[in-house]
Amino acid sequence: MSSLTEKDRPIVQLLLNTGTCPRCILRFCRVGSQTLYRRAYKNLMKDLEEFLRNNQEKEDRVCFDVADPPCKRIRLEHMEGSDDPNHNGALQQIPLINDENTAVENSSMKVCNVCLGILQEFCEADFVKKVCQKVNSADHQFSSFVFSVSLPPQMSVRERAAWLLVKQEMGNLGLSLSKDDIVQLKEAYKWIIHPQLSEELGVPADGKSLFEVSVVFAHPETDEECHFLATACPDCFKPAKNKQSVFTRMAVLKALEKIKEEDFLKHFPCPPSSPKNFCDVLGIECNNSAVFVAGRYNKYSRNLPQTPWIIDGERKLDSSVEELISEHLIAEFKADSFNFSSSGREDVDVRTLGNGRPFAIELVNPRRIHFTAEEMKGLQQTINNSSDKIQVRDLQLVTRSAICRMKEGEEEKTKTYSALIWLDKAIQKEDIAFLDDIKELKLDQKTPLRVLHRRPLAVRCRIIHTMKSEYIDRHHFRLHLKTQAGTYIKEFVHGDFGRTKPNIGSLLNRTADILELDVESVDADWPPTLDN
Amino acid sequence: RICVITLAEAHPLLQSGKTIKNINYQISANCSRLQNKVSGKSKRGAQFLTELAPLCRISSSDGEEYTIYSCIRGRLIEVNENILSNPALLQEKPLTEGYIAVVLPKFEESKSVTQGLLTQKEYEEVLLKRLNSSS
Repeated sequence: MSSLTEKDRPIVQLLLNTGTCPRCILRFCRVGSQTLYRRAYKNLMKDLEEFLRNNQEKEDRVCFDVADPPCKRIRLEHMEGSDDPNHNGALQQIPLINDENTAVENSSMKVCNVCLGILQEFCEADFVKKVCQKVNSADHQFSSFVFSVSLPPQMSVRERAAWLLVKQEMGNLGLSLSKDDIVQLKEAYKWIIHPQLSEELGVPADGKSLFEVSVVFAHPETDEECHFLATACPDCFKPAKNKQSVFTRMAVLKALEKIKEEDFLKHFPCPPSSPKNFCDVLGIECNNSAVFVAGRYNKYSRNLPQTPWIIDGERKLDSSVEELISEHLIAEFKADSFNFSSSGREDVDVRTLGNGRPFAIELVNPRRIHFTAEEMKGLQQTINNSSDKIQVRDLQLVTRSAICRMKEGEEEKTKTYSALIWLDKAIQKEDIAFLDDIKELKLDQKTPLRVLHRRPLAVRCRIIHTMKSEYIDRHHFRLHLKTQAGTYIKEFVHGDFGRTKPNIGSLLNRTADILELDVESVDADWPPTLDN
Repeated sequence: RICVITLAEAHPLLQSGKTIKNINYQISANCSRLQNKVSGKSKRGAQFLTELAPLCRISSSDGEEYTIYSCIRGRLIEVNENILSNPALLQEKPLTEGYIAVVLPKFEESKSVTQGLLTQKEYEEVLLKRLNSSS
């Protein structure tokens, strides 16, 4: 159904009388022609009144002229209408409808009792300009946009009341109306505003766009209209700690599903009342979806934590791996913040050598999102030039799903280490040779005491796949090991009060301690190696 | 701050000539330290210890019985079961593999617990005084 027909006449009359705006009227009459919604407000009003005055019997008479394409029509209307729509005052003097049943007061644009102005004032060029100003000042790089709108919950209540009203009237005429037949408010709004935004911003609207323009509307005048639902359906409204109001959109919709028609009509006026004010715009925000940068890092300092080490507001050690890497990325991408994650991590005093450890950084709300491979290489160089404590390689843009792949690596991939070990009792070369022959050594490791304050107590079974010893002197040797992910190497060496069994001490029948540890490799194949 | 409870260096059990006959973690009819179960990061379900809470009772072959007390307030995380199967460990490596228990004090009490203990130096002074007063 693309236009109004004879059957719709009583509905149009009813809704107009009770304070519903032309576009909402079109919605409830199931008009699906987007062009009609885009017509200027005052023209739509005129057309509706003409429709009502018109007494044609023919059902298929199309009442609205849809000859011009929408954009052209809007521009034409801008040229014609030198009187800009005044939001709070008179649009124009709308002639009284020549019908005994009506007594509509028409000296100013009344706030629609269903859309509270969304399909009225907030479709106008002025509002579009306001939104675009915000977008342009936000400095985001984008090639398309998705426009999202947050409406106050009481609008679904009013929509329900209007639907019940129309359903009743149609029932009287022997017709039925299902909720799904009505054009959704948000959909109609997007039909009208997308082309205007698209034209001003110079880019298309795209549901999958990474750039989001979101507008939040509120209508404090009618906020309490939802409250009756709490008494009718108490189990839909659970107070959540972080939310200001219990009447969230989801909760209200849920309650509307549950409540019976009779109960609804008992508590809520049908038709809905005419409010005094239009909606307020609580905020217009611009947001780019996060971008992800991955790579591998080497750590050459024995005095650098992975994440900032701060106790009681005081920084214990200068800087951190994540800060040294992210600092430059934040600057180049102009992001609000970052989230750093890596495939496992090492202690402050442990170096990471070899190909390095895979990491990924989520850059939140980046203003710049397009970078060529060359530019990424340049970024990598900048990071590497800025510090000798860490170095990065294979720096590249990746997708969000890449993070899962990386975390898989944490659990599954093997790591190789080099440990410098001290022994209390002297050794000869022959005493440690047997270690090289031990394969797939099973360990039982209780949660190390040094992390027990922040980890649950548990026993972990881990495997040391291979070992290679290097004699240094009577009290020292170097051990290279290849282990399962999640093995605590330090505890394997000193035994952690006997809570890791077996351990180097028990294997050599001595007391052992670890002096130095290096990660020689993290055996992961992700992220893809670039020719650096 | 994790705490490991061990026998003090000057404890009678660590003097020569003593052999351990038995270590018993059942400290009363209703309470066995072996039944201590903790779960999660915050170690819920742990037996709460005060300074004078007994951890275990150790009997030596010469008929003496010694009660080992917690000495600090906190949640009991684990007791050392290795010394049950190998009591000699307690005497051979009292400060490492022969430990008695692991206790986790409340975060807020961490500082006061530490301040209530003696440093190594202070302990040695106490021992010296003891030696001088008995001679």
